[in-house]
Amino acid sequence: MKINISKIIIFSFVIFSLFVFWQGLKKNNSYDTKNLIGSKISSFKLSEINNNEQYISQEKLKQNKYTLINFFASWCAPCRIEHKYLLSLSRESKKIKIIGVNFKDKKNNAINFLEELGNPYYFVGEDLDGKASISFGIYGIPESILVDNELTIIKKIVGPIDQSQYEEILKLIK
Amino acid sequence: MKIKKIIFIIYFSFSLLQASENKSELLEIYKNLRCLVCQGQSIADSNSDFAATVKLVVQDLLEEEKTKDEIYAFLISKYGEWIVYQPTFSKSNLLLWILPYFIFIVGGLIIFLITRKSKNNKAN
Repeated sequence: MKINISKIIIFSFVIFSLFVFWQGLKKNNSYDTKNLIGSKISSFKLSEINNNEQYISQEKLKQNKYTLINFFASWCAPCRIEHKYLLSLSRESKKIKIIGVNFKDKKNNAINFLEELGNPYYFVGEDLDGKASISFGIYGIPESILVDNELTIIKKIVGPIDQSQYEEILKLIK
Repeated sequence: MKIKKIIFIIYFSFSLLQASENKSELLEIYKNLRCLVCQGQSIADSNSDFAATVKLVVQDLLEEEKTKDEIYAFLISKYGEWIVYQPTFSKSNLLLWILPYFIFIVGGLIIFLITRKSKNNKAN
């Protein structure tokens, strides 16, 4: 029996294409921040919301055992939901310090927001145009980044912190 | 006076040319960046908050005289390779780059073999 080489090549090609499509369907194409875990945060400089002459940079974070950088805004509803967990974190553990980055917000609204719900932050930085947040890999708020004293990202939370994430943070900083 | 006018016109034309070049480079970069919060839109097409911020950052980086590749590398380091439409050449996507050429050559070879075979059959 004569083997038709062309048919075999075409058949193999179809099988290969189906395999590639199948693999492609299995792959999750939505944006994931897992690849940032283990990497270091970039250098940054943020001015304080109440005093624009006061700054914080990556160097200051090295003094804290752990730092949680939380991106929030007064207009962000999920930020209100996660706020109680941030307050608990600042109360519960002395190993962690929380920085707030006020994202594309009005200064007065942000101050009112913190007066109303409480202030868990030891420094509130201002990011009026959102440009500083891009260097942290932020694409929406709320988002939080947990870093150690070597500025390595240990955890990145996209969306509001919930009970399970709160417990996970406490475990990570034990 | 005439010389001054000519110098002004030349300077003005060069500025216009430079501005249009910068604009087209900006647009080219925006078009290659994916809006992560939109459905199938590039940064150039999107009016979302995220797209607006990325546009500002790209403008700043260009003003700092960063090259296109440096800008892509910066954004990839923050958001992963998913942010650029055109994938970079690496070991993991070697097949993606080589496969189209391979298929083109093999396909051509198959067509050549088939046509030669049918010609031979007709001649016989």
